[in-house]
Amino acid sequence: MKLAQSDIARRVAADIPHGAYVNLGIGMPMLVADYPQPGREFVLHSENGLLGLGPAPSKGQEDYDLINAGKEPVTILPGGSYFHHADSFAMIRGGHIDISILGAYQVAANGDLANWALPGPKPPAVGGAMDLVAGARQVWVMLSAHVSKDGTPKLVQRCDLPLTGLACVDRVYSDLAVIDITAQGFVVTDIVAGLSEGELRAKTGAPLLFSQQCRLMPATQVAA
Amino acid sequence: MIDKRVKNLTEIVAACPDLKDGATILVGGFGDAGVPERLIDTVRDLDLRGLTVVSNNAGSGDYGLATLLKAGSVAKMICSFPRSAGSVVFEELYQAGKIELEIVPQGTLAERIRAGGAGIPAFYTATGYGTPLAAGKETREFDGRHYVLERAIRADIALIHARTGDRWGNLTYPKTARNFNPIMAMAASTTLAEVRRFVDQVPPEEVITPGIFVTRMVEIGERR
Repeated sequence: MKLAQSDIARRVAADIPHGAYVNLGIGMPMLVADYPQPGREFVLHSENGLLGLGPAPSKGQEDYDLINAGKEPVTILPGGSYFHHADSFAMIRGGHIDISILGAYQVAANGDLANWALPGPKPPAVGGAMDLVAGARQVWVMLSAHVSKDGTPKLVQRCDLPLTGLACVDRVYSDLAVIDITAQGFVVTDIVAGLSEGELRAKTGAPLLFSQQCRLMPATQVAA
Repeated sequence: MIDKRVKNLTEIVAACPDLKDGATILVGGFGDAGVPERLIDTVRDLDLRGLTVVSNNAGSGDYGLATLLKAGSVAKMICSFPRSAGSVVFEELYQAGKIELEIVPQGTLAERIRAGGAGIPAFYTATGYGTPLAAGKETREFDGRHYVLERAIRADIALIHARTGDRWGNLTYPKTARNFNPIMAMAASTTLAEVRRFVDQVPPEEVITPGIFVTRMVEIGERR
């Protein structure tokens, strides 16, 4: 009982208000660009100097002067613009971006985020994550899986990995639930159909409250 | 008559006292977009030592910045994201302890360079507060929020990639290949630009980098 990445992305896109300026992080958040919402327009920002990010180009139409933060070729929509890096991060740091959507290794019940450094010999790499969580008005985290590969919860009481920002995450979308971060900690607003509250608690490393209006999300149908 | 155009790559690095062992060099580009590859190759052939290179990424594959790293010219990298796919040369040097790394949040990197070009010695930003990247840095509270003091970056040389340029040094950039190039052009004692196409005059309203920031430029032809 869980949501595929495409269904998480579709749900996130459905929650973005009309007129919002939204930054999509590298990886899974980029999928949100594939779900334009009829009757609503929002403008996607790419940290490397682009407003009006469009869907991926068709094969053979790639332009390597026109890329996203993940260095993949993209397109630009009507009304879009190009700008240099200092302007791009003035938009971010200056509070002009309504929503930053990014991935995470860990999110704590107080909204602390860890998403840039893991133990090991590889060099650390932060990119724009610290600027985004410090500057965007809201920070949404997308998790392709509620727990890591070895079953360890990604939602925790306290992050033990190096922090990206303090008390900065507002909401988490995982394959199992949508969870708001409030003064009382994690509050579940949506849970995947077929999963019990107890099962979700068992996969979460901090106490969960359930909203009075907690809704059921249909699980992604997997072909037998 | 002012004319910043030179005939070839040999001429652009000739009589350039700032291009020396131990120099700090700003290198434009984000991923593979807007990287001044011809200028990097030319600097590599000078076989300098002990360079500090400031660039968003640390090269990938066996071209661009990776060739300068492979040649052993670079003692220190200042960047936000040295872990892109294919950053093999940098990772090997890093894991062998043969290169120093300073990781800087991307927006802080951009603003440090912008500040360097604008005569601002340091500035406060909320980015990174409470994280390992702010460890040991001066902090201050403004209106109830915590900020970190960050120093400007000034360099001896900037290597820039541009789309069009005129004899006065006015430049335009292709799409998202603009990225760090305009702010780096401002922040160095000597700014060298590789330009895809020389034009008689860049229309004044379309100038992105005014010629005051450019020392010399060379024409390299359209993107391969």
